[in-house]
Amino acid sequence: MILEAKSITFYYRGRKKSPVLNNYSISIRSGERVGLKAPSGRGKTTLCRLLAGYEKPQSGKILLDGKPVTAYRGVCPVQMVWQHPETVVDPLLRLGETLAEAGPVDERIRGALHIEEGWLSRFPAELSGGELQRFCLARALHPETKFLLCDEISAMLDLVTQAQIWKFLLEEAEKRGMGMLVVSHSDGLLEKVCTRIAAI
Amino acid sequence: MKPILEIEHLSIYFTQYDRGIRKRQLPVIRDLSLKICPGQVTAVVGASGSGKSLLAHAILGILPYNSHMDGVIRYDGEELTGKRAEQLRGREISLIPQGVNYLDPLMKVGAQIRKGRKGGGIREKCRQALKRYGLGEETEEMFPFELSGGMARRVLIASAVTESPRLIIADEPTPGLDVKAASRILGHFRELADAGAGMLFITHDLELALTIADRVAVFYAGETIEEAAAADFQEARGLRHPFTKALWNAMPEHGFIPLKGAQPYPGTVRKGCPFAEQCDRRRPDCKEAEEVPLRELRGGRVRCLHPEAAE
Amino acid sequence: MKTAGRMNRRQSTLIFLVCAAGVLAVVMIMGIALEDAALETDFSRTNLAPCPEYLFGTDWMGRDMFVRTLAGLSLSIRIGILTAAVSAVMALLLGTAAAMLGSRADAVISWVIDLVMGIPHILLVMLISIACGRGFAGVVAGVSLSHWPSLARVIRGEVLQLKQAPYILAAEKLGASRIANVRRHMIPHLLPQFLTGTILLFPHAILHEASVTFLGFGLSSEQPAIGVILSESMQYLTTGRWWLALFPGLCLVAVVILFALLGERARMLLDPSSVHE
Repeated sequence: MILEAKSITFYYRGRKKSPVLNNYSISIRSGERVGLKAPSGRGKTTLCRLLAGYEKPQSGKILLDGKPVTAYRGVCPVQMVWQHPETVVDPLLRLGETLAEAGPVDERIRGALHIEEGWLSRFPAELSGGELQRFCLARALHPETKFLLCDEISAMLDLVTQAQIWKFLLEEAEKRGMGMLVVSHSDGLLEKVCTRIAAI
Repeated sequence: MKPILEIEHLSIYFTQYDRGIRKRQLPVIRDLSLKICPGQVTAVVGASGSGKSLLAHAILGILPYNSHMDGVIRYDGEELTGKRAEQLRGREISLIPQGVNYLDPLMKVGAQIRKGRKGGGIREKCRQALKRYGLGEETEEMFPFELSGGMARRVLIASAVTESPRLIIADEPTPGLDVKAASRILGHFRELADAGAGMLFITHDLELALTIADRVAVFYAGETIEEAAAADFQEARGLRHPFTKALWNAMPEHGFIPLKGAQPYPGTVRKGCPFAEQCDRRRPDCKEAEEVPLRELRGGRVRCLHPEAAE
Repeated sequence: MKTAGRMNRRQSTLIFLVCAAGVLAVVMIMGIALEDAALETDFSRTNLAPCPEYLFGTDWMGRDMFVRTLAGLSLSIRIGILTAAVSAVMALLLGTAAAMLGSRADAVISWVIDLVMGIPHILLVMLISIACGRGFAGVVAGVSLSHWPSLARVIRGEVLQLKQAPYILAAEKLGASRIANVRRHMIPHLLPQFLTGTILLFPHAILHEASVTFLGFGLSSEQPAIGVILSESMQYLTTGRWWLALFPGLCLVAVVILFALLGERARMLLDPSSVHE
C-alpha cells in the first residue's frame, strides 16, 4: 500500500497569505519508516493531521492506494498518535473503556506495552503521560491499521519508556509490514528507527 | 560555596477524592533533598507527570490548597516560610514557566514584563531584558498571540530576569522546540548561571539537561534516586543507581535498550526499593528493606542498597 | 485515608443537598395541601400581630398569613420548576442547534440570544405576560421565554468545544459512530453543566414571577401568590402592620437563597475537577 500527499496546500482560515504547507508532496509505502525533522512551526503536526484525515487540504490530494483517506469508512487505516496523550483520551471515561473504543484490544499488544490490569479501571487524570501514551498506541494499533503517524510521541517520555515503546513499535511494524511517519526532534532517535528521512 | 537553596527531606502529598465521598492522601514527592549553589545549574530529571512541577511550586510557596508538604526548604541559609516566599518570589526567586499559556493573552508583552510597576527606570530595564534575548522594542507593544513559540519562550525568560534574581527556577521550559531553538534557550540559562544566579532546571529530558547542568538529580517514583555531577553521565560506569544506568543505556545513541515494566506510582510500593520490580540486579533483600536511605557515594548520592553490585 | 470523626466536604455537601431539597419539597407539598385554608376568611381574628397561634399574624380579612405564605411559596416553587424546565429544554435545543447546524444557524441563534439578553428581563417578562393574557399562562410563558439565553450560550460553547476535542476526533477515526460519540463522550460532559444550569434557573424564575405579579402583570389577585401578598400588604405597611409584608418577603428570599445554594453545591459535586478536594 502507499500513502501519498500530492502537492497539498493548507492554511488556517483567514491566513491564506502564510500557508502552513505549500504545494507539499510526500509518499510512504508499506514497510517504510519515514523520519521527519524540522524546526518548530513548519507544519509537521499539521501534515500528520492532514494525512490521517483530521483536516482537509485547500488544494491537493491525500490518497491511500489511490483513494482519498477521508473516503474510508469504519476504522481508518491511517492512525495518528499525538504528542500529548492526555488530550486524546476522554477525561470522564475509565481507560478500559477508552481502550476498547474500537473493539477489544489484543492481549499481546496490551502485554507488550506493559499496560497493567489495574490501570484499566482508572481515570486519565490519575495516570502519567507515559502511561496514557501506551493506551493511545494500543488503541491506534488496531488490526485494520496500515499506516501509523507518530507525532513526537516520545518527546514527553523518559528515555527508558521511550526505548521500550519504540522497541515494540518497530517489531510490530516489521511484523505487519506497516508504514510509519515518525516526527521527532531527536536525531539519534530518527537514526535508530527510520528507514529514510524526509524534508518538510 | 554556600548554597543558595537547600531542600531537605521534602515530601508533598495531595488529598484527593476517590469515586464518591472517600478521601485519600496521595504522595507525589517523597524524601527529596537537593542543594543549589550560586553559579550552578542543577537539573531535576523525572518522567512527565511525576510531580516535578510541584517542586517548583513548593519553593515558590504556591502549592495548591489541597496539598501539604513535610521537610525543610532553606533559602540563603534561612528557612523559606510561606510568607518569606511571598516576599521573595518575582524578585529574588523567579520562575520560568512551562508554556506560553502563562502569559496573559489580553495584556501587551511590555506591560506583563513590567508587572504593573512604574518609574524607577523599569521601562529601561524591560527594554534591556528584551534586547538581551534578541527581541526588539516593538515586542513590547505585541500581544502574546502575535508571538511565535520561540519568541514567547524568550519573553518568559526576559520577564523572569528583569529584576536580576538570585535563584531561577525553569520548569520544563523547552517542550515542542526544535534542538536549535532549545539549545539557544539553554544557552541563555547557562549565561544566567555564569552571571552568579543559582538555577534549578526541571525537565523530563535527560539529554537536554546534560547539555547545561552542573549537577543532576534523577527522580524515580517520586523519590530522588541519584544525585550526581553531570560529568558522571559521560559513561555508564560513572553512574551509581541501576535506573540511572538504564536511562543512559536507553539513549538512542547508546544502544536504545529498554527495561521491562513501568514506573510505579509514588507511594504504591509500600516496602522495599520502588525500582526493585524493574531492576536487573535485584537481590532478595531489595523487596524486604523497610527503607532505602540516600547515601553518599563517589562524590554523589544514591538511593540503592547495593550500588556496588552495579559497578 | 479516613478522616476520623469529621465529615469531609463531599459528605457535608451531599447532606446539605438532600436537606435543602427536602425543605423545598415539604414547603411545596404543604402549600398544596393548605391551598383552601389559605383562602379561608374569618373576621373574628382580623389584623392580629404574630402570636404562637398565628405565627405570621393575620390580615384584614382574617386570613392566616403563615398558611397564605406557605401556599404562595408553594405556587412560586411550582411555577419555578415548570418555567425552569421549559427554559432549560429550550436552551438545550437551541444551544445544540447553534453548535451543530453550521455557521448560518449559529449566527441566527446567537443573534436571538443577544437580542433576548439585551432586553431587561423584567420588562420582557411583563410584555410576554401581557401578550399572553396575564394569569398563570402569561407568567409561565413570560418567564420561560426570557430565561433560556444564558444557559443556551453555555451549552453552545460547550458543544462547540467538544466537537473539536481531540479525543472525539480520534474516536471518529477509530470508527465510532456519531451516535456512539454523542452518547459516550458528549452527554457525560454536557449533563453536569446542564443540570446545574437548570437548578440555577429556579431562583431567577421565582423572583421574576413574584416581581411581575407584584407589579400587577402576572397572577390574578385571587391566587395566593407571594407577589400578590406583597403588593396587597404594601397598603397596610403605613398603618403599622409590618408582619404582612415582612414574613412573606423573608420567606421568598430564603427560598431563593436555598435554590441558589443548591445549584452551587450541585455544581461542586458534579464538576469532575472536584476530586481535588
